Amino acid sequence: MTETVVIIGAGQAGAQAAVSLRQQGFEGRVVLIGDEPVLPYQRPPLSKTFLAGELARERLFIKPAAYYRKVNIEQRLGETVKAIDSAQQVVALKSGQTLHYDHLILATGGRVRQLDCPGAKHPQVHYLRTLADVEAMQNTFAAGARLVVIGGGYVGLETAAVAVQHGLNVTLLVARPTPLGRVTSPEVGRFFEDVHRQAGVTLCCNTGVQSIEEDGAAGKGVAVVTDSGYRVLADMVVVGIGLLPNVELAESAGVACDDGILVDQYGRSNIANIYAAGDCANHPNPVYQRRLRLESVQNAVDQGKTVAATICGKDKPYAQVPWFWSDQYDLKLQTAGINSGYDQAVVRGDIASRSFAVFYLREGRLLAVDAVNRPAEFVVARNILSKDLGVSAERLRDESIPAKALADAPVPTVADALAIENTPVKGGQVSTPPGIEKMHQSADIKHERVA
Amino acid sequence: MIKVNYIESDGTRREIEVEEGVNLMDAALDNMVPGIDGDCGGVCACATCHVHIDPAWVDKVGAMDANEDAMLELTDERNESSRLCCQLKASPQLDGLIMHTPEGQH
Repeated sequence: MTETVVIIGAGQAGAQAAVSLRQQGFEGRVVLIGDEPVLPYQRPPLSKTFLAGELARERLFIKPAAYYRKVNIEQRLGETVKAIDSAQQVVALKSGQTLHYDHLILATGGRVRQLDCPGAKHPQVHYLRTLADVEAMQNTFAAGARLVVIGGGYVGLETAAVAVQHGLNVTLLVARPTPLGRVTSPEVGRFFEDVHRQAGVTLCCNTGVQSIEEDGAAGKGVAVVTDSGYRVLADMVVVGIGLLPNVELAESAGVACDDGILVDQYGRSNIANIYAAGDCANHPNPVYQRRLRLESVQNAVDQGKTVAATICGKDKPYAQVPWFWSDQYDLKLQTAGINSGYDQAVVRGDIASRSFAVFYLREGRLLAVDAVNRPAEFVVARNILSKDLGVSAERLRDESIPAKALADAPVPTVADALAIENTPVKGGQVSTPPGIEKMHQSADIKHERVA
Repeated sequence: MIKVNYIESDGTRREIEVEEGVNLMDAALDNMVPGIDGDCGGVCACATCHVHIDPAWVDKVGAMDANEDAMLELTDERNESSRLCCQLKASPQLDGLIMHTPEGQH
C-alpha cells in the first residue's frame, strides 16, 4: 500500500522535507499543509532586499508552483491543522477534512514574541515574520516617515538598516547593553551599534518600552514611551523581540516538548511516526554535545533533509555545524557555530576597517566565529568546527597566515608550550589543552613542531 | 532572451531561455534543473549552487570576487572551472553558455 507523509508547515523546513522526500526516492503521497495562503517562501529577504523593494515577490518562492506539480507534492495552502490523533494516525483540518498519515512531519516554525505593554495592539505596531507582515508595512515604509524599531536582534538591525537607507527617520531601541546581545559578543555588538549610528540611526541601548500611546489622530501616529521616560514619536513601530516555537499542536497530541519539539538525531519525536524539523524542533547537537533549538535557514534545510532520509529508511543523523548570516549596509555578517560559554574572544583584523573576524574559544577549542566581510574566515571556521580541529589563539590572530591555512594543524607557539609545561594538575601530571591533545592523536598531521 | 545550458552529471542537457540580468541560480530553480539548491536565495551565503563552467566558456564568464572564491571552498570537487551560479547573470556575452551541474550540492 502507498504510504502518505503529511507535513504540517510550509516554510523552509516543511518545503525542504517535501522536496527531499522526492529526491530521496519516496514514491508515496506527500501532502504539504501551510497556514499562509502562498507558496513556500524564503524568510531571510523579508527584512533585507524584499523590505528594500529590491526583490520581486515571486523571487521569494523556494520553488515555482510547477515544481510541486511536477514531483507530485500536494499543497494545502491557507489551511490549518486543528488536531493530531496519533493513535489513529489522522490529522483534522480546520476545513473539516481529515487526513490519514503514515508519517507526520511537524515543521510548524514559530511565531513572533509579542510586545506586552499598554498600547501594544496599536495598528501601527508591526511585526516582521511573514510576507503579509511586510506587505502590511509597505504603505507607511517611505522616506520621511518616523520609524521606531524595538529589538536589537537580526530582524531589528536589518529593518533599521533598510529603513535608514530609504530615508526614514529611525530610532532603534535595544533592551540589552549592546545589539545582538543574545547571539554575539559585546565587541561585535558594539561594532554594529557604531555602524548604525554612523548610518544615521538613533540607537538607544539598555532601553525597554513602557507603553505605546496615541499621538495625534486616532490610529495614525504613536508615541513610544521608554522605561527611562522618553517619548519617541513615530508613524510606525516595528517590533523584533524574538520567536516562540509553535509547539501547542504537538503538545496536545502528546509529543514531548521542552523549548521546542524534542527530537533525536534522526528528527524523530517520542511518538512513533511523528518527526519535527526547523525552528520548532529541539535536537541533540553532536558538535556541542547538548540540545539546541535553532532559528535559521541552515537548520531548517538540513533538518528537512534529515527527516526525509529517516522516512526513506536511510541512516543519516543530523550533525551539522550551525551557521547564520545577516546583511546590513555594506556588511555581510556570517556566523558559524554557537559562541555561548566562550572564555576567549580572538579578533583577527581591525574592527574599524569593517572587515574582521572574531573567533570564540573555550578552553582553547573553537566554539564559533563572527566574520564581518570575511567569508574565508567563516568558511575555515566551519571546516574547523565540523572536523573538531585544534586551534591556537596566536594563529587565529596572525594575519600573515592565510585564513584558509587556519584549518591546518596548529603549531604550538613558544607561549603555548610554556603554558602547557607550567600547568600542573592533580597528581603532578601536565595538563594538555584539548586542541593540542587532538593534534598528537591525529595520524595525518604533516606539520613539524617548531616550538 | 539568453540561452544557457545545464548539463547534468548523467549527461542530460537542458537549454533554458533566461531574461537578461536574471542570475543563473534563479534560472536553474525556475526551470527545475536538478542539482542546484540555492538555499540562501542567491546572496552567496551557502555555496549550494556550485557549477562547473564548460572549459570553452571559462574566460567569458569573467573573474569571481573574493567572497565567491571563499565560499567555493565549501563545495565538493572544486576546480578552476568552479563558480556559484547565483553570482552569474544572464547577458548577451553568455548566450550559449554551458554549465555542468553536480549530482548534488554539499
